[in-house]
Amino acid sequence: MTTPTIASQTASPVPPAIRRPAGSRWSWSFLIDIAVFLFVLAAIYGVYAVGHTWLGPVPAQVEISQSPRALPLYAFYSLVRLSVAYGLSMLFALAYGYVAARSKQAEIVLIPLLDILQSIPVLSFLPGVMLAMVALFPHSQLGIELGSIILIFTGQVWNIAFSFYSSLKGIPRELREAAIIYRFGRWQRFVELDLPFSTIGLVWNSMMSVAGGWFFLMACEMFVLGNRDFRLPGLGSFLQTAASHGNTRAILWGLAAMVAVIVLLDQLIWRPVIAWADKFKFEQVETAKAATHSLLSLLGRASFVIRLYRLAVRPVIEWITVNLAVGARRAAETFSVPKRQSTRRGLLIVLAAAILAGIGFAVFHAVRELSDLSRADYSDLLRSAGFTLLRVNAALLIGALWTVPVGVAIGSSPRLARIAQPLAQIAASIPATALFPVILLFLIKFRGGLELAALLVMLLGTQWYILFNVIAGAMAIPTDLKEASSIFRFGSWDRWRYLILPGIFPYLVTGMVTASGNAWNASIIAEYFHFQGRIVSTIGLGSAISRASDAGRFDILLASTLIMATIVVLINRLLWRRLYRLASTRFKLET
Amino acid sequence: MSTPSTLSDSAGAEPIIEARKLEKFYPQPDGGRIQVIAATDLAVYPGQIIAMLGASGCGKSTLLRMLTGLSPASAGSVFWHGAPVGDGSPNVSIVFQSFALFPWLTVLENVEAPLEARGMVPIERHKRALRIIDAVGLDGFESAYPKELSGGMKQRVGVARALVVEPEVLFMDEPFSALDVLTAETLRGELLELWLEHKIPTRAIFIVTHNIEEAVVLADRIVVLGRNPAHIHADFAVNIPHPRDRKSSGFIELVDEIYRVLTRPDHEHGAAPPKTAVPGKQVPHKAIMLPHTRPGGMAGLLEILIDQGGRADLHKLADELSLEVDALLPTVDTAVLLGMLRLEEGGASITPEGQAYAEADIQARKAIFRKAALANVPLLAQMHNALKAKSNRTLSDEFFRDLLDEHFSEDESRRQLETAIQWGRYAEIFDYDAATGKLTLTEA
Repeated sequence: MTTPTIASQTASPVPPAIRRPAGSRWSWSFLIDIAVFLFVLAAIYGVYAVGHTWLGPVPAQVEISQSPRALPLYAFYSLVRLSVAYGLSMLFALAYGYVAARSKQAEIVLIPLLDILQSIPVLSFLPGVMLAMVALFPHSQLGIELGSIILIFTGQVWNIAFSFYSSLKGIPRELREAAIIYRFGRWQRFVELDLPFSTIGLVWNSMMSVAGGWFFLMACEMFVLGNRDFRLPGLGSFLQTAASHGNTRAILWGLAAMVAVIVLLDQLIWRPVIAWADKFKFEQVETAKAATHSLLSLLGRASFVIRLYRLAVRPVIEWITVNLAVGARRAAETFSVPKRQSTRRGLLIVLAAAILAGIGFAVFHAVRELSDLSRADYSDLLRSAGFTLLRVNAALLIGALWTVPVGVAIGSSPRLARIAQPLAQIAASIPATALFPVILLFLIKFRGGLELAALLVMLLGTQWYILFNVIAGAMAIPTDLKEASSIFRFGSWDRWRYLILPGIFPYLVTGMVTASGNAWNASIIAEYFHFQGRIVSTIGLGSAISRASDAGRFDILLASTLIMATIVVLINRLLWRRLYRLASTRFKLET
Repeated sequence: MSTPSTLSDSAGAEPIIEARKLEKFYPQPDGGRIQVIAATDLAVYPGQIIAMLGASGCGKSTLLRMLTGLSPASAGSVFWHGAPVGDGSPNVSIVFQSFALFPWLTVLENVEAPLEARGMVPIERHKRALRIIDAVGLDGFESAYPKELSGGMKQRVGVARALVVEPEVLFMDEPFSALDVLTAETLRGELLELWLEHKIPTRAIFIVTHNIEEAVVLADRIVVLGRNPAHIHADFAVNIPHPRDRKSSGFIELVDEIYRVLTRPDHEHGAAPPKTAVPGKQVPHKAIMLPHTRPGGMAGLLEILIDQGGRADLHKLADELSLEVDALLPTVDTAVLLGMLRLEEGGASITPEGQAYAEADIQARKAIFRKAALANVPLLAQMHNALKAKSNRTLSDEFFRDLLDEHFSEDESRRQLETAIQWGRYAEIFDYDAATGKLTLTEA
């Protein structure tokens, strides 16, 4: 056998360094280094501060301040809650999606389960989670904090998990084969194939999840459970307290702080991240206009960041990969394959048996609780469900009615889009639940005011999804079709009927699916509310859930949650999924 | 001029890979099976470039994946140096048609990835990767991402990644078909240079292709695969010295010979040749794989045949139409399956049905097609009967997909059904509503 003789002894064994712009060594990159350093310092202090409060004892009575001066700290607390919840969601979603995509047996159970878990309203988890957490950590603030974090988590995790799962399923065959033939271990496959391939989906779903987190922050920071009053300092509790006292100035301050935080997050985190994720696009050819972001290129230029990545992150990943590879080889040499499999199978059987036993136990108790409820209770709940169904669909209808013409107008005029889109994005970023107390403040004086307010909140929580999707749809209508309809002199009705409506249909359906799920979730907050020291409520399934959790009636909570989950799943299966299929077959624009 | 590393007479050498009675089939519930690859014996000897030639979809890629251990065999076994392929992984690499590079890794990282998987330390890895990157002519592009590169450069990365692990056998799955003609020719030349000048320690190259000239340019041995099911149809040793001149008489003769073999109904396999012309009748219970064509193309082919007096050599026909054999054969298959064309030594001749079909007008054509399809295509006949049996004359496509799933892989059954629906709609056997997935019997 001959060894390759190649004249490249001069080539350096180190990859070429990323070039720094000449001449600016001391200007930008230095400033950025300092900024990053200060940021790290601040982060360390933040961790210390959070740890101090969380591990501290539970104060007898938490007073939520109404002073604007408390806002920076409150915003920080809320942000920490959101970030920890998001971090947990990401970890859980990656594990869930990975197992579902890799194991055929697990997939059969996990994917339908995801569908159901997604349709259970977040706040139905509230009493159980809270009581469990407080029982686990009775003497520190940690229990309540963890409870609130877990609640936010349950609102964020499912769509990320599903996105990861479907990305994994979509990895092209030859890439999978390359990973096998070049003997990638599980870890290497995960960091070099699975994760990068899924990045873009994960980023977009993370943005949606965090937005959903803001939505539930209002409810998760301050609530009553039986005779206990839970309060956590944060933006959500600030707004609720301010609204309760009718303090308009504080409300405006709180809203401004929230919008500021959301806009800052968008500018400092999401936009750079989206630009960065562009490199994970799975395409053969480079597109003409790549997403760029000034902050990203600044960070990319900062020598500190590059050094951190080269010295700390990459070696760790490499160290793990190399060690795992060596370990796997050694394991393959020492253990015989069949033996390992049989112990694994035994373990799996034990695990499955334990899970089944747990499920059986829980179902048994749940059924007992449910059968204790009277027939009148059920008919009450079903009637409530009817009201909420009407409200949700009214909100969807109103949302679609105004967003379709407006969205099409914006989408077909680039000039209008330049002005309207940023405005709409800011408006959409304010969580509907934060606006709710404000709306209520104005409407509560009128008869049926809560009814109207509930509808408005659902509308606020849903219309943006539809609007943004319609805009995207209108932008995607091909120019040649528009020209064809001009040549054939379509009147405006024909234009809508043959071109615009079919063109935006898939986008409209996508928007409505998300909107519908959100409207159901919003009903829990919108139909029942602690306001100015009293409870305002209207009939509905959301109100039934909230009331049951307030009163500690777990049987009713269970029954109403089941009803809501069933309705949402049924509507998804019977209506949205069919429309989706129609959208992806007949109304798909293909060239 | 020399004939380096050719061991055409390989009787003495130990094979690196040996496939014995290797088969791929999809078992059916009634005990029968859809045979994709017939029991095949094949040995790869050191010092050779073997080219496996055949029409696309004939099972070449499946065979390659079974030899590398990527895909399990239904029966038979693959031996590497006498040991079954399942025990320990053989040292192989594959160069893929779609390149299969990781777009988020730079050229260098892509090439290093297989070494990382083997647990090699960074310094050693960089050194090896840079050496091979230099050897394939990619130096200067180490820090580029694949999407910044042209197709030819991308495949160079694919080759570098494959060679960096110093594979004993290098597998290439249609490595140059996604490239333009000139780039493909350049890359072939570079590959030959690496191989002939022993710049790589690889002991054998196994290349799958549907391009006859490519096979003749590169290979020391050409294995021609026949179809339905795939089997070894012919095995040529190529003794033309390198560099090979495409204009030389030896080269042209060999290309012509392979063309004849590819388009000839095979004698050595199955029953007597005339019978294979009507496979539907030959084995009544066998589910036949439909060639994935649209019925529209067949009329054009038949018309051209009539213009040439009802008979033509297929390789000449392909040449005139400047089609690759790959593009022509499925249409020929369709016509043969429907009994409109008969294959004979080196060529095809039109049958009376085919004549009638080609000369008819649009409506009459459909009637003839319908008759031929119901008589010769069991799947369509089966669908027709099932729809007739239903009182509302309607069935869901999922019903048929489930039926097919028992015979084919998931992907294949989807494609089979798509093709069947195309044919059935054209023949006006049934209507199909894509939105609801409902098939409805067409009222006569």
